Amino acid sequence: MSIAATFGKAKAEGRSVLVGCMPAGFPTVDDSITSMVAMAEAGCDVIEVELPYSDPVMDGPVIQKASDIALAAGVRTRDTLKIIEAVSATGATVVLMTYWNPIEKYGVDAFARDLASAGATGMITPDLIPDEAGEWIAAADRYAIDKTFLVSPSSTDERLAMTVANCRGFVYATALMGVTGARTSVSSQAPELVARIRAAAPDLPVGVGLGVGTGAQAAEVAAFADGVIVGSALIRCVLEAPDLATGHQRLRALSAELAEGVRAGQPA
Amino acid sequence: MSAPVLPDLSGHFGQFGGRFVPEALVGALDELEAAYRSAKNDPVFQERFTGLLRDYAGTPSLLYRAERLSEAIGAEVFLKREDLNHTGAHKVRNVLGQALLAKRMGKPRVIAETGAGQHGVASATAAALLDLECVVYMGEMDTERQALNVARMRMLGATVVPVTNGSRTLKDALNEALRDWVSSVDTTHYLLGTAAGPHPFPEIVRDFVGGIGIEARGQILDRIGKLPDAVVACVGGGSNAIGIFHAFVPDEGVRLYGFEAGGDGIETGRHAASITGGSVGVLHGNRTYLLQDEDGQTKESHSISAGLDYPGVGPEHAWLHDTGRASYEPVTDAEAMSAFQLLCRTEGIIPAIESAHALAGAAKIAPRLAAELGRPATMIINLSGRGDKDVHTAGAYFGILDENEVIVPGEVT
Repeated sequence: MSIAATFGKAKAEGRSVLVGCMPAGFPTVDDSITSMVAMAEAGCDVIEVELPYSDPVMDGPVIQKASDIALAAGVRTRDTLKIIEAVSATGATVVLMTYWNPIEKYGVDAFARDLASAGATGMITPDLIPDEAGEWIAAADRYAIDKTFLVSPSSTDERLAMTVANCRGFVYATALMGVTGARTSVSSQAPELVARIRAAAPDLPVGVGLGVGTGAQAAEVAAFADGVIVGSALIRCVLEAPDLATGHQRLRALSAELAEGVRAGQPA
Repeated sequence: MSAPVLPDLSGHFGQFGGRFVPEALVGALDELEAAYRSAKNDPVFQERFTGLLRDYAGTPSLLYRAERLSEAIGAEVFLKREDLNHTGAHKVRNVLGQALLAKRMGKPRVIAETGAGQHGVASATAAALLDLECVVYMGEMDTERQALNVARMRMLGATVVPVTNGSRTLKDALNEALRDWVSSVDTTHYLLGTAAGPHPFPEIVRDFVGGIGIEARGQILDRIGKLPDAVVACVGGGSNAIGIFHAFVPDEGVRLYGFEAGGDGIETGRHAASITGGSVGVLHGNRTYLLQDEDGQTKESHSISAGLDYPGVGPEHAWLHDTGRASYEPVTDAEAMSAFQLLCRTEGIIPAIESAHALAGAAKIAPRLAAELGRPATMIINLSGRGDKDVHTAGAYFGILDENEVIVPGEVT
């Protein structure tokens, strides 16, 4: 399903979209596919596949650890594309989150082509701002891939308007000034940021990420955002489990809890 | 035709440089750029900066005609004595400038990354002087082998945070500093240690260390009445090199040579030569040459000199390389250590191992230049740092330490 259709469907159901993130190849290629399919089955509407990168400056310790494990096991960019293909084939909506250098190294046009043919619908670029994204925007448009850039509480109105104008699919609102990782409370900056985005782009769905890890927090964010993005808390289910079977059980349980959360919120 | 003013308005040097950062940092980078532009035109700020450089750091640094070294390598060599600056290297120029900018922006806290400690010590020094809180990120591998520098930073009042992520070295310390900054931009200035990173850092650092070249150009004209045939520096991130090159870039007759850390040799893959042994990509906020694998994952660098042990290089060097204005070549660990010993024995100066790469490079190009010019070349070598910090590394390398002495690997600039 396209990003637009996924958000449209959730809206029709009076709820928010749940986006769940998992690094490709963590802890192995096959296990990451199992994790992602489990997440989708348990209620994640969108699977955000993160391409493991050696220097993930926007990510906290959990995602970095998982990425390091995947890289140490030898995961390649082409494996990430295979994983996307396998997960998309189950009917899940898949987007890719990736730092920029691996894409530039692969070849921007070739990557957009291969990403589209693997079945991904969009790509999130945490360290690529629209100012530097000319080549990516052209390639994404050529292959009809949705472009998700990030906005932050520190973004000026001018930058926020410029950024959302360059997004297609949804925009990623970073709920607080910081890196990825679950936190004990939801940022108080997030509702204001979402309101500013809506004022600039009333029709663009807004996903809120950074710091959400429980069903209650998901409900809190779902009350004002179109999408709730969860990464570290889900990854920790696998990272901290004594074995993979337990990890996948926990992953399903948390996905289900979060899915309930996005249905308990009161969409704006 | 005059050369273009670089970086351009969007922070690029040709295809290099730019801003590949999370959106959360753009506001802070814009704020920094605005503060820098206004400081640049503010005589009060400039007087404070040059006053500190003069009275506190000990600049202008001397330009010394090294006669015995000249004889040994077959060139007329002048050493730009940045090793005599307070804290022992050119780095003090950059940290004083940026710490003053932090004060100007009203930010009470600075953070810094450091490899084996040189930039960390310099940052802690400036923070102590200007009453700023200072946190230094340092790879756990480096904190273990650089216990003395960790102690130095703590004596100066800084907090040292060992970084346990990734390869636990300089690049991971830089990642961690960026993560801190994303979370703390309101109160914190990131005191970046080299002329790399996102715009406007490459420009700001270049300008703060640019006094090296301005001084050297004036000093050589005073001394011999003409410009040198060549200016020589070592290149890791590239701040000392851009600092001495920049004033000479318009002087077309002056050849610019940057020597990268060739480690065990480019062909072994164990090196830190981003330009001569790497390829174009994006790392730590800018497009430049870097060490990367087929998938664009950063590769670990290797050098006997911790100060050059970094898998990227400043974007202006990438530009100077592509335009052919400057030439970059690798120097191996062995060549650098041989030059290290040569300077000790001919001039009674113990250089930083980083700077020894420049000395080794100068020795390599001297015969070439002499053949081309039909006379010994006149060259200025940037002696960017002193070697006190490297005594253990060099002592171990040359096998001149007592056997039962505990050997602590050398520090880094």
